Amino acid sequence: MASRPRPLSLLAPALAVLLLALVLAPLAAVGWRGAGVSLGPADAAAVRFSIAQALLSALFSTLLAIPVARALARRRFPGRSALITLMGAPFLLPAVVAVLGLLAVFGRSGLLNQVLLALGFPPISIYGLHGVVLAHIFLNLPLATRMILQGWLAIPAERIRLAQSLGFRPAETFRHLEGPMLREVLPGVAMVILVICLTSFAVVLTLGGGPSATTIELAIYQAVRFEFDLARAAGLAGLQLAVGAVAALVAWGLARPAAFGAGLDRRLDLSAPDGWRRWVDVLALTMAALFLILPLAAVLLRGVPGLLDLPAAVLPAAGRSVLVALVSTVLATVAALTLALASSRRTQPLAEAAATLPLATSGLVLGTGLFLLIQPFAPPMRLALPVTILVNVALSLPYLYRILLPETRALQAGYGRLAESLGLQGWSRLRWLILPRLARPLGFGAGIAAALSMGDLGVIALFAGQQQATLPLVVSQLTGAYRIEAAASAALILVTLSFALFWAFDAGGRRAAA
Amino acid sequence: MLRLDRLTYRQGDFQLGADWAAPAGSRIAVMGPSGAGKSTFLSLIAGFLKPTGGKILWQGQDLAALPPGNRPLTILFQDQNLFPHLTVAQNLGLGLRPDLRLTKADQARIARALDRVGLAGLDARRPAQLSGGQASRAALARALLRARPILLLDEPFAALGPALRDEMLALVRDVVDDTGALVLMVTHDPDDALALGGMMAFVSEGIVLPPVPTADLFADPTPEVQAYLRRK
Repeated sequence: MASRPRPLSLLAPALAVLLLALVLAPLAAVGWRGAGVSLGPADAAAVRFSIAQALLSALFSTLLAIPVARALARRRFPGRSALITLMGAPFLLPAVVAVLGLLAVFGRSGLLNQVLLALGFPPISIYGLHGVVLAHIFLNLPLATRMILQGWLAIPAERIRLAQSLGFRPAETFRHLEGPMLREVLPGVAMVILVICLTSFAVVLTLGGGPSATTIELAIYQAVRFEFDLARAAGLAGLQLAVGAVAALVAWGLARPAAFGAGLDRRLDLSAPDGWRRWVDVLALTMAALFLILPLAAVLLRGVPGLLDLPAAVLPAAGRSVLVALVSTVLATVAALTLALASSRRTQPLAEAAATLPLATSGLVLGTGLFLLIQPFAPPMRLALPVTILVNVALSLPYLYRILLPETRALQAGYGRLAESLGLQGWSRLRWLILPRLARPLGFGAGIAAALSMGDLGVIALFAGQQQATLPLVVSQLTGAYRIEAAASAALILVTLSFALFWAFDAGGRRAAA
Repeated sequence: MLRLDRLTYRQGDFQLGADWAAPAGSRIAVMGPSGAGKSTFLSLIAGFLKPTGGKILWQGQDLAALPPGNRPLTILFQDQNLFPHLTVAQNLGLGLRPDLRLTKADQARIARALDRVGLAGLDARRPAQLSGGQASRAALARALLRARPILLLDEPFAALGPALRDEMLALVRDVVDDTGALVLMVTHDPDDALALGGMMAFVSEGIVLPPVPTADLFADPTPEVQAYLRRK
């Protein structure tokens, strides 16, 4: 439909080009420096391990999430909403904190080994492939559960009623209703988790390592930090980019909103079978809750005593982390809002590209490229924090954009013509229409960006010295030095700040919208 | 004088044309079958759509270069005429100053406009706290405040019951009596067209026909109008 030019018609494309350059320039640097580099057997092993751990993590996270999601879909019990809320927490939980919690439960002197020793069994080790997979399950089981639960809730009430009227037993309900839904949903869920695990760094840094448990990301880190072999780092970054891009493209194709036939927009719960099936549900929910709560409780218990005796590096690092998170969040939110507003009437290919391309890359890949670009002109360490901010902006942009885009489209559809007819443009439109109407999603999106930025351990590990270390890096260093109590205290501060930032933005948005 | 000079609009298979003029102060009901292009016609005049050809002129000035907010018109939509997060007074204030930096004189004008449409004392309410009729009155009060010489009504009272709709139409007549605005009102209801008391532009086969007196058209309807009225 022909329409008038928009006020953001110049600003948004310029911003999109800038953001594309922020991603493409480092990728070009990686391609240029890495071209022709021959990678050795250790690098091939890193590729194999990256893919293997991601496949196993995706497989187990998805399969284990099915009984949990089904129990949540068909049971009503006190604390159900709290459990579903808890399922959202690991997305915001810094990976280094999750690792620390898992070490407290499954580590050498953790809870599980103490029980095993008391029963006369040999202790188990969390380091290596199984530890990496375990941590990825901890971080992604909740995400998988929530995605699959959405699938269950999307089964049309009419079909459930039909099943009930035909007297379906649980086996038939599974065959005719739940099975088809799972066949639709599970590939997308598994691929999303696979992509996340392919770019996981903090988990592998602590629980992996060594020739048999190194991912491409970890190999990049080692090549930059320990060997200063930038050509090899660039070659590895190119490999990581290729693997990540293929996986992201497949995930993009497979992940779809759950919709299984037409139905009226009414909810009807699946009937909850009694007998042994009830106990299966109870077991699934209890195990999932314990699996999520125990590591976090362990961090809390271990961390509280040391809060008054923190290592000197912790508080300055916390200050730097908050600063980086706040600046990243403001920049990412402004960028995402500008792009989403530009795309609110019709899709803008440049804006879409700028908000999608970062999904195919990773912090380490971008970091390597930026390292290569900066190194001829300035010591990269000096620019550690600004570079971290830029990478955080690029990596949180896709999430923020996807959160805001449906909202800006709804706003344009609902009030765009009225605003235009009243001449509501520029600052007035922002002040009196956009900010009040989008306060809630803006607050939520900014909260997610702030928490992700606060907990990020990626590019900072490549660049930072002690003077630039952020809190996740300090936690990781303390964990690596087996100063577990101090690490737990620092982790406690990190997790508190992450959730506080999320809460502050989210609650601020909700209050502004009220 | 509103002049539609060989105005055309095409999108895919759909096309619409108009080539006529109406003097200031005219009251024109726009009727026609669903999908004929009545709302598209108003969107072209309001500036939400760009014509494929021809011109829209007001008092000799081509409106093509003017964005919707700067055109000499006010439009009331079928719904979403008020921003739900703003108070009634703020919604009216936007009609005076989009930055809402209202002077005391502006506030006094808003109070008078609210009084004029029977909403005195409701200035601090949000739209959700108004009835459907009150929300329509508030939107009309803003149109009154903007005092633009053309008033476009895109079925703004369609969701109201018959009694309330009659009441609103009477209010529209009062307002345009005061302001002397040219009214173009899309409606599906022949009674509303008659109640507006003026002319009718019938939309048929991609053409917005020149307005003729509504009473005459109903007394001696063309075959298209006859067919349309039979379906009502």
